[in-house]
Amino acid sequence: MQYTLTHLQQLEAEAIHIIREVAAEFQNPVMLYSIGKDSGVMLHLAKKAFLPGKIPFPLMHVDTQWKFQDMYRFRARMAEEYKLDLRVWTNPDGKDKVSPLTHGSEKHTQIMKTEALKQALDHYEFDAAFGGARRDEEKSRAKERVFSFRNKFHQWDPKNQRPELWNVYNTRVNKGESIRVFPLSNWTELDVWLYVMRENIPVVPLYFAKERPVVKRGGTWIMVDDDRLPLEPGETPVMKKVRFRTLGCYPLSGAVESEAETIEEIVQEMLLSTTSERQGRLIDYDGAATMEEKKKEGYF
Amino acid sequence: MSNKIIDNIDTIEGVAAYLKQHEEKDLLRLLTCGSVDDGKSTLIGRLLYDSHMIYEDQLAAVMKDSKVHCPTGDDFDPALLTDGLKAEREQGITIDVAYRYFSTDKRKFIIADCPGHEQYTRNMATGASNCSLAVILIDARYGVITQTCRHSFICSLLGIKHAAVAVNKMDLVGWDEQVFNKIVRDYKEMAARLGFTDIHFIPVSALKGDNVVNPSENMPWYDDVTLLHHLEHVNVTATENLIDMRYPVQYVIRPDLNFRGYAGTVASGVLRKGAQVMALPSRKTSRIASISGPGGALDEAPAGLAAVVTLEDEIDVSRGDMLAPVDNLPHVEHEFEAMLVWMHDTPAELGASYQLKHSTRTLPAVLTDIRYRVDVNTMRKIKPDDPAESANAAKVKELQLNDIARCHVTLHRPIAFDPYQRNRHTGAFILVDRITHATVAAGMILDRIVADSKREPVSRNISHSRSLVKPAQRQALLGQKPCTVWLTGLSGSGKSTIAREMEKHLIEQGRLCMVLDGDNIRHGLNRDLGFSAEDRSENIRRIAEVARLFNEAGVIVITAFISPYRKDRQSAREIIAGTAEAAGAGEFVEVWLKTALEVCQKRDPKGLYAKAGSGAIVAFTGVTDPYEEPMHAELAIDTAEKSVEDSVAVILDDLAKRIVIK
Repeated sequence: MQYTLTHLQQLEAEAIHIIREVAAEFQNPVMLYSIGKDSGVMLHLAKKAFLPGKIPFPLMHVDTQWKFQDMYRFRARMAEEYKLDLRVWTNPDGKDKVSPLTHGSEKHTQIMKTEALKQALDHYEFDAAFGGARRDEEKSRAKERVFSFRNKFHQWDPKNQRPELWNVYNTRVNKGESIRVFPLSNWTELDVWLYVMRENIPVVPLYFAKERPVVKRGGTWIMVDDDRLPLEPGETPVMKKVRFRTLGCYPLSGAVESEAETIEEIVQEMLLSTTSERQGRLIDYDGAATMEEKKKEGYF
Repeated sequence: MSNKIIDNIDTIEGVAAYLKQHEEKDLLRLLTCGSVDDGKSTLIGRLLYDSHMIYEDQLAAVMKDSKVHCPTGDDFDPALLTDGLKAEREQGITIDVAYRYFSTDKRKFIIADCPGHEQYTRNMATGASNCSLAVILIDARYGVITQTCRHSFICSLLGIKHAAVAVNKMDLVGWDEQVFNKIVRDYKEMAARLGFTDIHFIPVSALKGDNVVNPSENMPWYDDVTLLHHLEHVNVTATENLIDMRYPVQYVIRPDLNFRGYAGTVASGVLRKGAQVMALPSRKTSRIASISGPGGALDEAPAGLAAVVTLEDEIDVSRGDMLAPVDNLPHVEHEFEAMLVWMHDTPAELGASYQLKHSTRTLPAVLTDIRYRVDVNTMRKIKPDDPAESANAAKVKELQLNDIARCHVTLHRPIAFDPYQRNRHTGAFILVDRITHATVAAGMILDRIVADSKREPVSRNISHSRSLVKPAQRQALLGQKPCTVWLTGLSGSGKSTIAREMEKHLIEQGRLCMVLDGDNIRHGLNRDLGFSAEDRSENIRRIAEVARLFNEAGVIVITAFISPYRKDRQSAREIIAGTAEAAGAGEFVEVWLKTALEVCQKRDPKGLYAKAGSGAIVAFTGVTDPYEEPMHAELAIDTAEKSVEDSVAVILDDLAKRIVIK
């Protein structure tokens, strides 16, 4: 028996510790489920943390209505397989009205993601919400605590965060306040894929390369996932072998041309890649400190 | 991505092999400390950039930002890769800890990039708490300065044993070897008082890239490894304690009436199936019936693993309890002493009540005493009764933001704990404000033995075995009565010289004797101790215990240590000569060499006063650290007035009547 854990074993143990700590200390926690690979890993860890028991908290998907159809199918499959208490929340103020196409990415994200999330947390009175964000994704995320305090307006104050030492997490909140919890804080994109591979965790097929109908917009490939995507004059969808490094709302998620059909090939491509994972995310490019601004307002 | 990796992954088999290798890599968590202008963020940016961990889009963003913020003109500023908050980029400083991730083909790294300014001491403690190595940056132009001292002290306080000292900006001092060597000497001098067991020095230029990832061409005189190479290869003794099994119960899993599992993370040691364990603080015992880890059933689970255990008996165990082997138990107490780092704008007040969170247990705690504060810049301790403190008498009863102090904490109920220096996970705690719920302090529990100087073992399972030989038998065999001559006085007062002369005379008289001094103690038995007040006390305690053993064997002992604190000499006396309750092993003869400081300074046989005067040694007895004069010494000799021979004669005269068997 080896007495030193590998880095993946350490990350796994750390995440399970964090998930159990939340279950033990909060009244009404929830796990945010975004259907992506990080959510899949987080869900898998939550299941492990409580075996042979069940996951003692619900999951919630904040649905903008603009996810890929593959994602909706996958969500249904997971809820069935894991026997999840899965809640889906769409901002009633924007439902069937707000779209990234007509309102732009910034407003769409603000209303259908940030506002929707705040509404849902208030509605169910959740005092803790797990998110699958990782510190290696973005510079302001690198500064965030594992247990990240939010005031009653769901705001993050990056300059006044609670000190967080060892694995002794401060879980105390007053009524109305909450904590966002990031069990995968210390994971990198490579760690996530390694773990998906090691544990055979199911992921949405969109991560793997396949011939898909796409159009070129703003220097990136956008998939024509359903008939809601209006084509510009002269624009015709072409079939390209593409895949997605991150998944979000389909009109905002850029695909990359790829041949990677297996996880090994994805990892190979990733190691050879010269661009970061979030490059495909159009919303990050709204300005220099933009993620920090969005997070301050309550975005995950 | 480094080219080495790329070469290996051009085939799928290559990828599979790479992944296998990557999965088996270990993880090194390190922090970087340095201040505003030391180039800390630059160094990390350089590490990431030169090891090809920066993607093109991130680099493009930085290049764009460099034009706005970069003070160095055309060069790109690697610091902009790391400073994540808008305010940080604007002000060019690091406010909060940022975490960086990278791996090479040797290791995976997590870097906690910590702010260095004194007002962010708490953030630095936060970063250090999970690290096993510290990269300490020194600006070659300024050398070892106050902040170096502060950073090193905090790292050591948080239990870090490995330091890599990067002497940065070597380009600005003309790549001068002499400058580097002087900094190495000064740092070693300062760090002798700290808990580091391994210090490595590397001259670098983070901005130019010398000796960070790639060897420097500008410093041919340096033939050692680069910083990255050192980080990849340094043998970091497991931060985990693999000896004392501790299992804090985090969550009870009860899916049905037939299963009751205790979920938790093994804090230290190895949890084994079948082991007899005691639940603390209830002290009920049982055996481990089963263990399951994240991958399924296990026979043993090492420190760090998340597990679920079941017990053979139905005993009452809940969250906050700790399982430990019956033959190796932690302390179970409702009070302890701890080093506190105060982390909030609202000062700590004596007698105030907080929520204390220790491993998985939260309970009310009261701050019952503040023994002393530590000046983080000089490592001096400031006691409430310090005359220099009388001016701000009110302040000693409270702790301000970033104060570090030794405190007494009283709990409403007992908890199971170990000293922090022995076990990070069971010796650490935080204090939470009862109303605002802010984290106001971090605490590290101290070894109670040192705190109380009581002769009582840590383990409750040690008993004395009685010798069949009486002391009188040994005395008859050797023809002498044992005693300990305890020489105390300033550096340069003549302790070692007199001890050696005495030893010679006694041996010539046919008396079996032994000198204990820095040479045979600090280099061996006590080589893990520095010069902090705690370490000095522990140093003296161990010397006294050794002297006692020699006395028990019938041997006369002469000790030659400054032993500046009255309290420590008193405990030495009690250990050796005994107390009303406990028998001693020999007479204790305290000999005070009361030579004036000026005389000692003039002698300065080891050149230490000169160093203390120049600030190279920070807390030096007689100069910046107090010498508490004996009040009841058996003998007092001024070696300015008496020669070595005369002094020795006086002591031997006194000794003659003590060592003769009546």
